[in-house]
Amino acid sequence: MNRILDIKNLQVSLPTANGVLRAVRGIDLHVDKGEMLCIVGESGCGKSMTSMALMGLLPKRAEVTAEVLDFDGLDLLSLPKKERNKIRGMRMSMIFQEPMTSLNPSYTLGNQLCEAIMRHKGVSSAEAKERAVYLLTRAGVPMPEKRLDQYPHQLSGGLRQRVMIAMALMCEPDLIIADEPTTALDVTIQAQILRLIRELQQEFGTAVIFITHDLGVVARIADRVAVMYAGQVVETATAQELYSNPMHPYTRGLLNCIPIPGKTAPGSHLESIPGVVPSLIGELKGCAFANRCHVSTSECSQRTPSLELEPNSTSLHQVRCPITATTLQEAM
Amino acid sequence: MPDYALELSNLSRHFHLKNGAFKEPTLLKAVDGISLRIRPGETLGLVGESGCGKSTLAKMILGLLEPTDGDVLINDKARSASSRLSMARQLQPIFQDPYSSLNPRKTIEQIIRLPLQLHKEGNKESQKKAVKDISDLVGLPERLLKQYPGQLSGGQRQRVAIARALILKPKILVCDEPTSALDVSVQAQILNLLMDLKKELGLTYLFISHNLGVVEHLVDKVAVMYRGKIVEQGTRDEIFQNAQHPYTKALLSSVLTPEPALGLPEVLDSSAWDSAQAS
Repeated sequence: MNRILDIKNLQVSLPTANGVLRAVRGIDLHVDKGEMLCIVGESGCGKSMTSMALMGLLPKRAEVTAEVLDFDGLDLLSLPKKERNKIRGMRMSMIFQEPMTSLNPSYTLGNQLCEAIMRHKGVSSAEAKERAVYLLTRAGVPMPEKRLDQYPHQLSGGLRQRVMIAMALMCEPDLIIADEPTTALDVTIQAQILRLIRELQQEFGTAVIFITHDLGVVARIADRVAVMYAGQVVETATAQELYSNPMHPYTRGLLNCIPIPGKTAPGSHLESIPGVVPSLIGELKGCAFANRCHVSTSECSQRTPSLELEPNSTSLHQVRCPITATTLQEAM
Repeated sequence: MPDYALELSNLSRHFHLKNGAFKEPTLLKAVDGISLRIRPGETLGLVGESGCGKSTLAKMILGLLEPTDGDVLINDKARSASSRLSMARQLQPIFQDPYSSLNPRKTIEQIIRLPLQLHKEGNKESQKKAVKDISDLVGLPERLLKQYPGQLSGGQRQRVAIARALILKPKILVCDEPTSALDVSVQAQILNLLMDLKKELGLTYLFISHNLGVVEHLVDKVAVMYRGKIVEQGTRDEIFQNAQHPYTKALLSSVLTPEPALGLPEVLDSSAWDSAQAS
């Protein structure tokens, strides 16, 4: 079996003062070993909630349900807390957006790098340090031995993120979840960090779930892409397929509203998606995108579409929209 | 008509960073001798990465920070020689984060009307009408005027910020990363609005951004800033088709367009442009 992670109908709800916030409304996803899956969507679409649910880091009041939440043969939902803690950091690790807030300012980097491997694998402090130095070198951190005794504030943002990446790789995990790891960085640094993640992922054969809002980043690093909207996956395909043949009106809208140097005529009117994202409190009737969609019919707001396999595509291309490609083509 | 809507002559701002009680303070040249000129009706894009001094520059242009050296000329008049109120009629800001630049305890109508009250312009009735007109112009539905910023989406808040900036009918807008806090679908709406307003009102923009895709779409001229200095400037085509400075080239090659076939760019080391700047 080549799957490392299998998710069916994952739902996350949070009670709030205004009612139950259904942040994730039934997600089906899978990740193969050594694969880079990108989850892309705008703020509030539930992409971070999904990753927190996978890591088991949601607040206690959050309610998580799923038909299947299988990590390499282990059912994550029924796993006792102790077992879950063993997986986290050891077989599944995370890279967060803000390396300043996700590193502890009052411990040295060496301390934080070695903590997980010493705890999980019971190696000696010397062995742990050796691995930390090796990984820091691989992550392109200059003077790695010296860094072990330094504190997070002594490093620049780009270096901190390199340390976070080295830390995520310490226990040779099977899956890394990277939640907007380059959003806080400058563009030239971003390109370097993305390259590093891609290289290390291929070298170590780690599966990565890469969460971002940036379709440009996704295009350049993803094997497969899942587009999320209002707590659901609305389209999933290989990166090549998704960008050459986007099927969901939302995906098309997103791709059309980015000005691309050399392609979009400067000063021309940009296509935009009218309206705003619906509130996720309470039930949504019909397609969540219907009121912003330019091809929606009256039926769209009545019936909730399901994620269907696109019949004409050769690869696994799924779309949550019953309006066919031909109608879309005519409407554009 | 003045020759230049906005002119910066040898503008500098230095900071003394304390290194402890007995050590010499370090001199940080956040903005180091910048000269720029924007003609009326033109859009100048100022690009650069975090810490390069673009926000310090914007603050000096807006009069929020005193320059160490040099001056800002707005419509041929020196900022230092004019009153704040008269400058505010000619130049207004739009900030990056519409979540923190609007007072959460005032209604949208109060927020947009405040500049009129400060400038003692018209009576209550005419002010109300002006607020309504400007809201129409920026695409803000009338029903939102009675609401508070917390009830609005990010895109709507940025429209409020634009309405507030425009209500005194200034000719120059300083936009400091106006769309970076917004989602891409909303970013397109705001960019379209800025382009429409420019045509309709003949505005001049100083558009500060790190997003080169957005800059290319919007501007006539580009200035690239690095470590407090302008390392390269030119028309849009000169910069985007034929960049000379290694830093500009590195910035341009780091733009990730949604084209999967291209893969990740080779990234240069910063030493390439540091040495170019030193020489």
